[in-house]
Amino acid sequence: MSDLPSLAEAVAARAEPGELVEVYVARGQDTEVRAFEGDVESLSSATSSGVGIRVLVEKDGGGRLGFAWAGSLDEDVVAETLAEARDNAAYATFDPDVTFARPDGVAPADLDLWDADLASVPTDRKVTMAIDLERQVRHADSRIRQVSSADYGDELVEVALASSTGIRAFTRRTAAFLSVSAIAGEGADSQTGTGFSAGRGLGDLDPDRAADDSVTRAVRMLGATKAPSGRSTVVFDPRVVSTLLSVMSAAMSGEAVVKGRSFFAGRLGEQVAAPEVTLVDDPTDPRAFAAATFDAEGLATRRNVLVAHGMLGQFLYDTVSARRAGTRSTASAVRGGFAGTPGVGCRALVLEPGQLDQPGILAAVGEGLYVQSITGVHSGVSVVSGDFSVGAEGLLIRGGHLAQPVREITVASTLQRMLQSIQFIGADLEWLPGVAAGQTLAVGDMQISGS
Amino acid sequence: MAEVFAEDRQTSSAVLDDRKIEELSSGRERGAGIRVVVGETTGFAHTADLTEAGLLAAAEAASAVAREGGGGVRTIALHGDGRARPAATVLPAGVPKAAKLELLVRADEAARSAGDAVTQVSAGYGDSRRRILVASSEGRLAEDDQVRTRFNVSCVATGDTGLQTGYESVARTEGFEVFERVDVEDVARTAARRALSKLSARPAPSGELPVVLAGGSGGILFHEACGHGLEADHIVKDASVYVGQIGELVASPLVTLVDDGTVGGEWGAFAVDDEGRPGARNVLIENGVLTDYLWDWLRARKEGRASSGNGRRQSYQHLPMVRMTNTFLLAGEEDPDELVAQTPSGVYVAKLGGGQVNTTTGDFVFGTTEAYLIENGRITEPLRDANLIGNGPEVLRRIDAVANDFDMTPGTCGKDGQSVPVGCGQATLRITGVTIGGTAA
Repeated sequence: MSDLPSLAEAVAARAEPGELVEVYVARGQDTEVRAFEGDVESLSSATSSGVGIRVLVEKDGGGRLGFAWAGSLDEDVVAETLAEARDNAAYATFDPDVTFARPDGVAPADLDLWDADLASVPTDRKVTMAIDLERQVRHADSRIRQVSSADYGDELVEVALASSTGIRAFTRRTAAFLSVSAIAGEGADSQTGTGFSAGRGLGDLDPDRAADDSVTRAVRMLGATKAPSGRSTVVFDPRVVSTLLSVMSAAMSGEAVVKGRSFFAGRLGEQVAAPEVTLVDDPTDPRAFAAATFDAEGLATRRNVLVAHGMLGQFLYDTVSARRAGTRSTASAVRGGFAGTPGVGCRALVLEPGQLDQPGILAAVGEGLYVQSITGVHSGVSVVSGDFSVGAEGLLIRGGHLAQPVREITVASTLQRMLQSIQFIGADLEWLPGVAAGQTLAVGDMQISGS
Repeated sequence: MAEVFAEDRQTSSAVLDDRKIEELSSGRERGAGIRVVVGETTGFAHTADLTEAGLLAAAEAASAVAREGGGGVRTIALHGDGRARPAATVLPAGVPKAAKLELLVRADEAARSAGDAVTQVSAGYGDSRRRILVASSEGRLAEDDQVRTRFNVSCVATGDTGLQTGYESVARTEGFEVFERVDVEDVARTAARRALSKLSARPAPSGELPVVLAGGSGGILFHEACGHGLEADHIVKDASVYVGQIGELVASPLVTLVDDGTVGGEWGAFAVDDEGRPGARNVLIENGVLTDYLWDWLRARKEGRASSGNGRRQSYQHLPMVRMTNTFLLAGEEDPDELVAQTPSGVYVAKLGGGQVNTTTGDFVFGTTEAYLIENGRITEPLRDANLIGNGPEVLRRIDAVANDFDMTPGTCGKDGQSVPVGCGQATLRITGVTIGGTAA
């Protein structure tokens, strides 16, 4: 058993009268191998650990919050971190809604997120996987000109959380991934494609899939030109859909809503999407890459239905945003490691699959644009205004099939309009790395900017 | 080559949101990254354990990939330039916490007084002091003491057409003295004005149009359009449109592009890079002709040349790689108002957001966060946010006017999972045609 839970509990027990203490301790071990031209370009391996401590000086049910973190679990460092968090608490504005999570009786899902074999896999085998992947892509097609990166990576992470409000949570998870970027060339033309595979351990990795994806995506872009500007139905690749869902999910954050930073604010119970749309965040689903038994405040995760048949059903909350909104936490606190404080986020978004697979959707759409990758998501999508404008590359859809490649174009609309204009949701659901699953998705009436 | 990179970083930050200082946060991190390079292979390990035993264990792990080199102990004379002194005059640790927080409160008040339609304000303060030491088997010993301070405000404005956002930030490689010159209330008013102006904005146009970028609107254009493509790690892997282009005309003759890690106080500045090389001024494009790429130690060694001082890493937990520092286009001679007056129609971009590039194809995007239509040589209606898309070499050739109002802006550059602070700069300039990704036909 890990020493982390007892460490977290011991620090939480140092809460003084009138204050609450929450302690998050984490330890991770990771390996990364990059292969190039049949050899190891770089190999990194390391363990790291750290602590993040929140102190709440209580008053009238609310209080003042302070935070401090350190990249070490040494006793002295942890003690200093607690003292610093305590000192910082004196400077926050009193907030009647600030508090820590308390056990709410929901039982944690029984999830096995730990691949015990991963820790004992010899480094040589990881190195071989990266080298083999690079070689496989390099020789897959005569038009592959370069493999700019071929990586194997894995991590083993343990996290313990304890608070003076009775929270006790311990989780551990493993992850392994392969990723590869291929460059295809013909004459002066070069195009890129990436492929990846991810899972909890080596047994989940599919190098053929990663290699095929990178090669297919690069090669089919050769000869790409700008598409003409105009309005069109756009069919998004499952990977793009996963990205879009995770970006859009920020608008489902109860914190964004309660602070007036979401275009969904005030729209609960309204028909915000096409009737085919049912969107769920379910971190208890073991197939989800970011599945978790506890949220970042130590509450057991649960299934949350955000949109049901197009109707906006609920938002996601952590403890404080729930209190502000007069509701209960949906166990949706997330944090970016020991140096971060909890905020609201999703972990396992999934759109309920439709009837058609990708060829079926292309056939049904007939004429349009297939987008295989997008860029500029962070500069071009706003969950406050809903404005949506991203760079795109992909293939035209002609006669129900993928046709000539196009690049250097943008696709634009608003998130509000896109949700209402969803025409087809694919049956081809894929669990992808990140916080959202993906499948083929067709959205009508988008503006294409090109030549 | 074996190298030890030791780092001690202290940070403090605070956020004011929804009228409340949410929390003050302090962080501390120290550790060392050990890199061993044998032939074409790099081994790397890092540790937070800075005892001799901890360092030796990390060194063992880093060298494990290159075992055939054999064991043995070698003593190396290290040559350093003496202890580093921070350029900052007011170190953040010496500033009372209350003084930092007072800035946030002032910014909140200023933003909210900019107009009743300002419905939400968030302001952030952050400082960091990063002390690094690099020692290598090549005899190099270098230290730096980097102090950085940032302040940002973001506003939401609410109107009949929905919600709009405005953002402004100041970020300098300086200490708290930065606030002797920077008025946080101005920062707040700028953010508020951006949000308010967009309430009446119309959808951005769609298609190719002339674009005028305001001075200091975000030299991110050059950062994305060519900066990344000039990083030698992309070059040696044939993953850039600029491979084999040294000595070629790759941009309009009006373009002279410089990357300079020594520009005092700018966000991407330092005394030595994260491989212990002094920061340097490197001319990348001179009057449109490509003169050089950006180099770190590893890629420079391959070409038998010296690093250009562009080896950087996010922290001791990361391997260094080729990164930009402060990248900017030298100013031209035109008057910026004249330049706009001579543009019959197009889009005027007052502020850019982030961007992204595919170095292999050269296609890049960048977002606008404050833009207007140009009609008959005049700046007219505000436009909603949109991304612009172009191809690096094509866009650089289409720059047909550069004004004399140079300014710089800070940014965060992400590459391969690592973030580093960078500066970008340019004067008002015109591109004869860029594709604007709006929704208006």
